[in-house]
Amino acid sequence: MTAEAQAPESRELGRPRRRKEDQRLITGRTRWTDNISLPGMLHLAVLRSPLAHARLERVDVSAARQAPGVVAAFTGTDFAEDFGSLPTAWTVSEDLKVPPHFPVTRDEVRYVGDAVAVVVATSRAAAVDALEAIDVSYAELPAVVDMTAALADDSPLVHTDLGTNRCFSYHEDHGDYEATKARAEVVLRRRYVNQRLIPNAMEPRSVVVDPTATDQFTIWSATQVPHFVRIFLSLVVGVPEHRIRVIAPDVGGGFGSKLDVYAEEALCLALARRLGKPVKWTATRSEDYLATIHGRDLIEDVEITAMRDGRMLGLKVELLSDMGAYLQLLTPSIALLGRYMYPAIYKFEAHSFDCVGVFTTKTPTDAYRGAGRPEATFLIERAVDDLAAELGIDALELRRRNWIRHEEFPFTTVAGLTYDSGNYEAATARATELFDYDGLRREQSERRERNDSVQLGIGVSTYTEMCGLAPSRWLADTGYAAGGWERATVRLTPLGKAEVVIGTSPHGQGHATTFSQVAADALGVAFDDVEVVVNDTATVPWGLDTYGSRSLVVGGTAIQQAAEKVVEQARVLAAHLLEADVSDVEFDSGTFRVRGTDASKTIQELAFASFGAHSLPEGSEPLLDAHATVDPETFSYPHGTHLCAVEVDTETGASHIRSYVCVDDVGTVVNPLVVEGQVHGGVAQGIAQALYEHGMYDSDGNLTTGTLVDYLVPGAPDLPSFVTDRTETPSTTNPLGVKGVGEAGAIASTPAVVNAVVDALRPYGVTDIEMPCTPQRVWRAVQGGRAGETAEQDQHWPEDVQSGGLPTDRGAQ
Amino acid sequence: MTRIPVEVDDVRHEHDVEPRTLLVHYLRETLGKVGTVVGCDTSNCGACTVHLDGRSVKSCAVLAVQVDGRTVTTIEGLAGAGAELHPVQRAFHEHHALQCGFCTPGMIMQACDLLRDNPNPSPEEVRHGLEGNLCRCTGYENIVRAVLSAAREGSGTAVEKTAPAEAGAR
Repeated sequence: MTAEAQAPESRELGRPRRRKEDQRLITGRTRWTDNISLPGMLHLAVLRSPLAHARLERVDVSAARQAPGVVAAFTGTDFAEDFGSLPTAWTVSEDLKVPPHFPVTRDEVRYVGDAVAVVVATSRAAAVDALEAIDVSYAELPAVVDMTAALADDSPLVHTDLGTNRCFSYHEDHGDYEATKARAEVVLRRRYVNQRLIPNAMEPRSVVVDPTATDQFTIWSATQVPHFVRIFLSLVVGVPEHRIRVIAPDVGGGFGSKLDVYAEEALCLALARRLGKPVKWTATRSEDYLATIHGRDLIEDVEITAMRDGRMLGLKVELLSDMGAYLQLLTPSIALLGRYMYPAIYKFEAHSFDCVGVFTTKTPTDAYRGAGRPEATFLIERAVDDLAAELGIDALELRRRNWIRHEEFPFTTVAGLTYDSGNYEAATARATELFDYDGLRREQSERRERNDSVQLGIGVSTYTEMCGLAPSRWLADTGYAAGGWERATVRLTPLGKAEVVIGTSPHGQGHATTFSQVAADALGVAFDDVEVVVNDTATVPWGLDTYGSRSLVVGGTAIQQAAEKVVEQARVLAAHLLEADVSDVEFDSGTFRVRGTDASKTIQELAFASFGAHSLPEGSEPLLDAHATVDPETFSYPHGTHLCAVEVDTETGASHIRSYVCVDDVGTVVNPLVVEGQVHGGVAQGIAQALYEHGMYDSDGNLTTGTLVDYLVPGAPDLPSFVTDRTETPSTTNPLGVKGVGEAGAIASTPAVVNAVVDALRPYGVTDIEMPCTPQRVWRAVQGGRAGETAEQDQHWPEDVQSGGLPTDRGAQ
Repeated sequence: MTRIPVEVDDVRHEHDVEPRTLLVHYLRETLGKVGTVVGCDTSNCGACTVHLDGRSVKSCAVLAVQVDGRTVTTIEGLAGAGAELHPVQRAFHEHHALQCGFCTPGMIMQACDLLRDNPNPSPEEVRHGLEGNLCRCTGYENIVRAVLSAAREGSGTAVEKTAPAEAGAR
């Protein structure tokens, strides 16, 4: 038996490989969690509070227990021994307040959707039907909806025991902001609202728990973080972690919303343990809207101090960040993750940063695509456009006068981050060329001159972001409970195929394809000869999962390093078998050759020889098999220039994106097809925030956008075609030269679109339109401008109207 | 319970179904046709799109009893016996028109229906033809490219077995 040597076709890096993942996804042979059906499986249904805030006077599940098919029904107090509070992993400040958060509430409900009781039945329909038989009596308490009002001394409290709705306060100063103010010729002050969003991964959350032996469980969950789920469910439910196996099978998108440890995961585990049967729960979309985290929801105040020639001096940022009713895994950290990114690509002398976290009676917020960096980028890129308008300087020109020049890298920003590389000039030059910036500016002037009812706006966003989470020491310094390393194992099978075991956890990103390319290059084997093993704590015992655009930057580096170790093992074996000195053995494209001779062995031959172990060098073990655990020293900093042209109909308020050009620099590209796809999806989500989406609550704390009918996830006709291109400035912080790309599009695009809409309407005196820029809001802004109203702060706080057009009070943000 | 005969992906079935059972639940839970998925509860997302007598329907908006005696094709049977991939499936792969892939079964089934009505659509017509199907990953750019590419290869005529055109519960 010999291992068949298959030479690689060519270098993989940069090839637009079609994805290995696609076959099962396009033919319906998928393994979504909700597809799993086990013998004797029971179904969980959750009774959720219809009120934002109330004391539970009585919860009676006795009638539900008698309903057909019902096996058990429980209240929150029934579970007192079953689990503790759900976890929060980021202690962002010393004054952080972490209220108890039980999977089923015990005393009060604190948002619409808070779990009150559960039913377990032999079918999902029976479980849902039986919820109607549960008798609950609520003593209603006041809702706490508006963040500013929540901080007032006389505000009702979300958690009475805490004595305040203030979850934390955070302050950081870099340089002397007030000194810049003293000598500034201009001070720009703005308030921007970064509205609440509902993530809407297309697959609703789902979990199945199978009790496989006494106190031993296999858990399938639609999660981004199977390794986190294992650790934290062990802590919450008290099952020893080595008795828990977590599998994230095919997962239908996450965008941060599945970067969490959820009540229903703990419930299914506790119930499977109690009942000794497999238990399953799958959210409906509308249930997901209540019970899965929301994103963003910040009020952002900014001051920029500058000189009349456009030089920006200082940046002051004050944030209110809505926590919702409880803290999920990362809730308090999200706004703070952005704190280093407010200065962005600009050379400020001073930066003052304040953030207050606020409890409200709403669904908890947490990470949503970009997590902190979109909020930072939106503020700075909106403010720079506004400053340009104030100073009468072109928006791109103002940026040029302030950004870090290519020759200045590496550059340490005022916030203390050292950007390793970047070329803002090149990306901007390419983008303006593709966009025809000058031509569109001419058309804009013409439309303004002839007072066209359809005005043209041009929006700019020159973003950067920090990703590739994260150096463990940095995480420790910021109060995070875990590390940021990633682990890979690379092994060669007896017949010379490669297996890559990697702790990142894909849910649409194409890891199997991209990582096969990385490993194929490093090992000199064919792309199709690499198998990527992911998403199961039994087969992938170590890993820190997928979020923060980390998978290639950190995980890919680990794969590269593990593969290099395997090559070194093979080199030693080759030298032994070829009776040569190790230093004389060269490796190229999968073949080891003794320098200056024809004597050679392929890596496949060596895999079999090592497996056979008949003749090994002194002191070496059988098998070609190595692992690497990579803890990044710093972040990667993708950047780019996004330009958006919007036609705004001043008579109807409708905004139409005429062209969207983005030139991103994500460093070295492994698979351009996958990278372009990530950019498309990110840009689409950012545009959706700018124009369409808003998770709205009324003053009673009801989610008024509680279904996909009311919450506008854009469809194909709602989005433009994108023009994408790249510049390639390799990162110097990892050996592949890569930078993260998963979040960049969503970080960059929102301010580009809003800047364009506002730019179209500046002749009408409009300086801001609160997102989403719906036709009604745009039309009102035009009317306000025509009536001679100035753009004061009040314009950001429409008293009587929300995007849905229903009169609400001011509290209903 | 009502007894219904139905042909799904070239296999005949006969089952007793509760009148309230949705077609998508019948497909997934009774027949194990889990290639068709549920993405919402308001018939907005289109992830559950299948063909009923050759035309696309959202299977969450059709009761199982309504398919009495009719023919259903799901993503699992789209390519037909023996064929590896339908041209639209191939185009989705070739143009990277999917990421997480959850919307993909419905998106492909709707794209086939669109191409049947309009074998040579413009990009705008593709976008409007897919407006009932939501995707959160791709921004639709590559989906549009894939459908246009499938159209160029003539897959508008390569529609699977079609029963006499009843508009059905479209």
